[in-house]
Amino acid sequence: MKSMHLKPKTILLVEDDPNDEEMTVAALKKEGLAGDVIVVRDGAEALDFLYRRAGFASRDGGPPAVMLLDIKMPKVDGLEVLRQIKSDPHLKAMPVVMLTSSEESSDLAECYQLGVNAYVVKPVRLNEFIKAVHDLGIFWGVVNHPPPAGIQTGA
Amino acid sequence: MNMRQILIAEDDPRDEELTLAALEEYNLANKVFVVHDGAEALDYMYCRGKFKARVGGNPVVILLDNKMPKVTGLEVLKIIKADERLKTIPVVVLTSSREAPDLIEFYKHGANAYVVKPVDFAEFMKAIKQLGIFWAAVNEPPLNNL
Repeated sequence: MKSMHLKPKTILLVEDDPNDEEMTVAALKKEGLAGDVIVVRDGAEALDFLYRRAGFASRDGGPPAVMLLDIKMPKVDGLEVLRQIKSDPHLKAMPVVMLTSSEESSDLAECYQLGVNAYVVKPVRLNEFIKAVHDLGIFWGVVNHPPPAGIQTGA
Repeated sequence: MNMRQILIAEDDPRDEELTLAALEEYNLANKVFVVHDGAEALDYMYCRGKFKARVGGNPVVILLDNKMPKVTGLEVLKIIKADERLKTIPVVVLTSSREAPDLIEFYKHGANAYVVKPVDFAEFMKAIKQLGIFWAAVNEPPLNNL
């Protein structure tokens, strides 16, 4: 990915499982995206990051180009994080991709109803997991154009 | 992979040809349906007009150009995302515009993703291929069907 138009962008990974985190970051690293990956480990931390609260009060930069969001997490789960993001005019344009082990049709339906941008089920097999994250990272980190930072899209 | 259909709304014959060729490389092209303006795209989604008898439910993703005759891509997006039965269908805008106001407008109305068509031939093919892999193979589409 050496095109001047296709630069890697910041990816926010919200993941509480250390193994999944390690595999995801490793898969993204293969694409040279890992320097642009920020990891937070539960939904509360994800919201603190987005709203620049607590430990993120003085962070630089706008919203990430994409947020990869697990569902089952401590404190605040992924569905609640998604709900808050997609109901906030300042954040709702930010692409959110669920990256979850849940194949429950109720989770799938709820996420799409809440306005999720995409929904990826974590493959169980390692090589398939790596491949899926790789393809996901290329599309959302490189091919997709995220909304311009700092915009308000609320109706 | 099961029957995952892609709907392409594109009025430019060259862009259509390139898009199909890029998807074909990954054996996705036989599941692709092309419409050539926004009105046709809506007829397809609502199974009306010449698509009255079509079968097969909703596409797993709609690749939507903006500047098209009759009804623009933005209008198509607004209608789809305002319809409870259709709004969960992923819509990827595939356009030549990289203007911020366009990006904002499309995201505001619920576009799932926004891809600027690369001018360079090889870059265009690569972008479509990567888009096709993600949306046809990696993403889990919603379960809704008309």
